[in-house]
Amino acid sequence: MSQPDKKEKKELTVEQKINRRNFISFSTFIVLGATAFEGWRWLYKSPDEVPGITGSAHQPLRKALNKTELFFRRVFSDNHLVKTYPKSMAAPHVRVNSNIGGGKKFDPETWRLQVNKPGAEALQISLDELKTLPKTEIVYDFKCVEGWDQISHWGGVSFRDFIKHFKLDEFTKMEFVGMETEDKKYYVGLDMPSAMHPQTLLAYEMNDKPLPIRNGAPLRLIIPVKYGIKNLKQISAISFSNTRPKDYWAEQGYDYYSGL
Amino acid sequence: MKTIKEKHSLAMRWTHWVNFPILTVMIWSGMLIYWANDEYSITLFGHTYFRFFPDWFYNELKIPSRLAEGMAFHFLFMWFFTLNGILYIGYTIISGEWRELVPQRNSFKEAWLVLLHDLHIRKSAPPQNKYNAAQRIAYTAIIFMGIGSVITGLAIYKPVQFYYLTWLCGGYHFARILHFALTLGYVFFFLIHVFQVVLAGWNNFRSVISGFEVVNEPPVLAGGPIGAIEVAGNEVVQLEHSEDADPQNVVMQTESISTNQTPVDTETPATNGDITKPANNNNTENDEPAR
Repeated sequence: MSQPDKKEKKELTVEQKINRRNFISFSTFIVLGATAFEGWRWLYKSPDEVPGITGSAHQPLRKALNKTELFFRRVFSDNHLVKTYPKSMAAPHVRVNSNIGGGKKFDPETWRLQVNKPGAEALQISLDELKTLPKTEIVYDFKCVEGWDQISHWGGVSFRDFIKHFKLDEFTKMEFVGMETEDKKYYVGLDMPSAMHPQTLLAYEMNDKPLPIRNGAPLRLIIPVKYGIKNLKQISAISFSNTRPKDYWAEQGYDYYSGL
Repeated sequence: MKTIKEKHSLAMRWTHWVNFPILTVMIWSGMLIYWANDEYSITLFGHTYFRFFPDWFYNELKIPSRLAEGMAFHFLFMWFFTLNGILYIGYTIISGEWRELVPQRNSFKEAWLVLLHDLHIRKSAPPQNKYNAAQRIAYTAIIFMGIGSVITGLAIYKPVQFYYLTWLCGGYHFARILHFALTLGYVFFFLIHVFQVVLAGWNNFRSVISGFEVVNEPPVLAGGPIGAIEVAGNEVVQLEHSEDADPQNVVMQTESISTNQTPVDTETPATNGDITKPANNNNTENDEPAR
């Protein structure tokens, strides 16, 4: 539309100016609108990521989730604590949303928590031994990725105390912690800062009583800085790694980080 | 005689039209998320009048069982929504266009007159600048709603890291309710907005795409019998408005802030969002009560 040289420009009439500006604006509007629509269609129909540690999400959206994680990790702090409540506010009936990989009977005598130490022999820890550690309790608002939440009361060993007691400190320099159930049907991966958050518990009690099986007995994870999907029930094994461990819900299209 | 009257700067038009599809995606993906725990309804004295949302609604829009997908879209487009909002607010502040936008002392009273006029109960509308009193209130409110959506959104997105925001929003539960209610507000705004735009007609609609309106300048204006509106600084002091004052004849001397630009510049007609342009003073024009 630009007129290149110094030729005398004829003064445009108002009508011409109107038409000219309308033409430019509306064509720009239509072109940009169509581009936006095509962009949306591309995104909406973009193929799912190659199934791996994460899966089932549109490829570009998974990239976005991972980038967004990097941003929000910066605001994560051990000093940011989940709000706690008086015991009286804890729900007497704790909601059970799913029992994937759980709900199985166990023998408290023979049950052992296996801790896989990289480059060393695995630890086998009994429930009684865990109970000799200082007990930490928390009453907080448990939040499900679905949108519901419930104030619940848990007791157990803080993950920090657990690490210190079993001299696992050197492994906390690694980036991730993985946990899984005995049948390996449910598994979660946690970034180390979240696992080492002061309010993360390996819980064996709920409402001052031993954990019921449906709530994850004998030992479950309570990690208030994550959605419920990361709060693994019936933990059987814990491991450390520098790459993301398998995560059940991340494979189903959810954010790997799922931090609160 | 026809003249071009600048109305919406490029930045305004840009952010407006960018926001529209983004907000649409946010509302849609928000519904994919909400479906997973659709606990809200309108219930009075034990009787539920409406449940958000009925099954036919979900099924029609293919909403069920897409929580993960909804979250993935929501947490991508939240960036665009927020950035666009920051651009818009930043622009209105820096350019001074906020003066055209925020409600004035008499706006709340005048908004009734505008409403009565729109409902064809009252013949004339109060004189206005770029926006009338009702628009000032609505368009300022929608900005605060946008800010509210970002804040309540962050409060439920990271309730531990942003615990103070969650506290500010009255807790996790209430923040989620607010976030939802604001969305209903957008839908309500959208319906009224589109209805009004249709009523206002082509000239007005075009101005949101090409930036200007076409007005018919009356041949003689000087020495009109009706009191001119005094302008002090950028504040428009409204004249005492009587029932029979015809807004067609009201002469407005406005110290235009940035929306007015000499239409001689035809070199770059689409980029009249240039905020460094000197204000075009003594711009005598005829303000119609358009929106």
